[in-house]
Amino acid sequence: MFAFIVRRVLQAIVVMLIISFIGFALKQNVGDPVRELTGISVSAAERDAIREKLGLNDPFLVQYGRFLKGAVLEGNIGQSFFYKKPAMEVIVSKAPATLELVLVCSVLIVVLSIPMGIYSAIYPKRLLSRLIMGFSTIGVSVPIFLIAILLIYVFSIKLGWLPSYGRGETVNVWGWESGLLTVDGLQHLLLPATALTALMLPLFVRLIRSEMMEVLETEYVKFAWAKGLPRVRIWFVHAFKNTLLPVITVGGVQIGTMIAFTILTETVFQWGGLGFLFLEAVERADTSLLVAYLIFVGVIFVVVNTVVDIIYGLVNPMVRITGRK
Amino acid sequence: MNLWKRFRGSYFLYSFLHDPVAMGSFVVLALLALSAFGAPIIAPHDPYDTTTIDIMDSEIPPVWMDNADAKFLLGTDAQGRDMLSTMLYGMRISLVIGIGATFLQAAIGIVLGLIAGYKGGKVDNFLMRMADVQLSFSTLMVAIFLSAIFQAIFGVAAFESMAVPFLVLVIGIAEWPQYARTVRASVLAEKKKEYVEAARVMGLPSGRIMWRHILPNTMSPILVLSTVQVAHAIMSEAALSFLGLGMPITKPSLGSLINSGFDYIFSGSWWITMFPGFLLVLLILVINLLGDWVQDVLNPKLYKG
Repeated sequence: MFAFIVRRVLQAIVVMLIISFIGFALKQNVGDPVRELTGISVSAAERDAIREKLGLNDPFLVQYGRFLKGAVLEGNIGQSFFYKKPAMEVIVSKAPATLELVLVCSVLIVVLSIPMGIYSAIYPKRLLSRLIMGFSTIGVSVPIFLIAILLIYVFSIKLGWLPSYGRGETVNVWGWESGLLTVDGLQHLLLPATALTALMLPLFVRLIRSEMMEVLETEYVKFAWAKGLPRVRIWFVHAFKNTLLPVITVGGVQIGTMIAFTILTETVFQWGGLGFLFLEAVERADTSLLVAYLIFVGVIFVVVNTVVDIIYGLVNPMVRITGRK
Repeated sequence: MNLWKRFRGSYFLYSFLHDPVAMGSFVVLALLALSAFGAPIIAPHDPYDTTTIDIMDSEIPPVWMDNADAKFLLGTDAQGRDMLSTMLYGMRISLVIGIGATFLQAAIGIVLGLIAGYKGGKVDNFLMRMADVQLSFSTLMVAIFLSAIFQAIFGVAAFESMAVPFLVLVIGIAEWPQYARTVRASVLAEKKKEYVEAARVMGLPSGRIMWRHILPNTMSPILVLSTVQVAHAIMSEAALSFLGLGMPITKPSLGSLINSGFDYIFSGSWWITMFPGFLLVLLILVINLLGDWVQDVLNPKLYKG
């Protein structure tokens, strides 16, 4: 087990190195930091002096090494050209908005997808199951920005019930700008969260349903029926437990998709989080911030995936053994 | 003639004719594709010809509403372009990018998947690790990053003038792991069979064994995956264009049309967003439904995970 964890962590480090390398190479080749720092009136000699002082004449790998050292030791991943602040600071100030959105959606997805998936697996022929599956087929085909636009059109423009953009009122809880504790913030959260949930839900419902149906066909479930166990016990204790394993892995991987979709959701709802920040950085050609976002999101993905893999390895010994060779 | 007879007697056709959903989706898809690729002939206006566009015609509602103009069946967008024509041209771009990107993914994925599955060992390990890592980032995320990086490197103007090949490239690179995994899984299963061993004993070069012997036997999972991937690529393109990282508004795809219309939805011009949106959903839905049917018919053992 120990070897498995070590190998997974090593792999995560390699992936992070590759991502940071790509990011750094990008930063090196796009834009000139000296030009960003100085005005037009600065002479060529002075520019060269600044260049030398900042170490921009060093070989590429030396500069990369310095960048890595700064990133790991001080969390310094560059300066945002637009905000004139360290990119890390900008990202951290915007992160709560996105994290809250993702958190609320994850909770909603777990609460909704499990009963829906189990129900449609147990009674595949019932009308309600067919409705659930029909909706999820359509749901897979509707892009999230359209769901979001439709929600805005119906609930903000036509009915005027809910606000269409922004985060609303937030309160500061130990340095965390939270919108979850005010009525206004919750009202603002409702539409974006619904859009994001509506998009991810079909995937999970289908996954849980197909896994559950597969498990219900297995021998040990048949044996449980033969033993005459109560139905509820067979469904929820025997069958559902083994359904959860693949759901955990896929769920972990879906974090990536979810972050990609926050970019789309945040754009539609002008939600001041990371995705919105990323698009602004693209529009302003703020390469430094762009690279910082790339690295930040990369860290989240890699950490989440590694943790999910290790949990999976802990729960399911087959993974460890086949991986060992 | 012989081929036609075989096709007529095949289970493929039989199940198609006995599945109303599949037939319906096929008819709708054929109609959509026909009108998209026939856009220069059937569209009432040419949205790329700036001389025929009048800014005074902007935001005219569809014909069944007040203040409409009979010339514009589905109304006009903010630049005074006829919605119907712009949507048809837009759908053409969406389809071209979707199909082009799927071909590129398939090309990269099949080659790498064949090599990984057949050679095994270190090559396999390396390629599949790469695929895993890329997939863990989700294909849309990779596509968004690649577009952003391309725009940063080449500049927005160059990107916009070359948007179609760029998008094909971006989506193609972002989604190859899907193919590579599927192909690899089928190659692993085929590799153990006797016909491959026979070919090897005959001394055929491994390239020929992979290409002529194994690949034809992995076709059904590839076909199933391809239908899903076309829908996926169209959706990715729409998402990129919606973010402003895809097709420019002068040559809009369905995604950029939805994006441009979104600014006007608050002033009540819902049709600029809703019509392209509806068309996009319809297009993706029928492709997905066809994909479900193909999967049921061919019933390949898909690689899960």
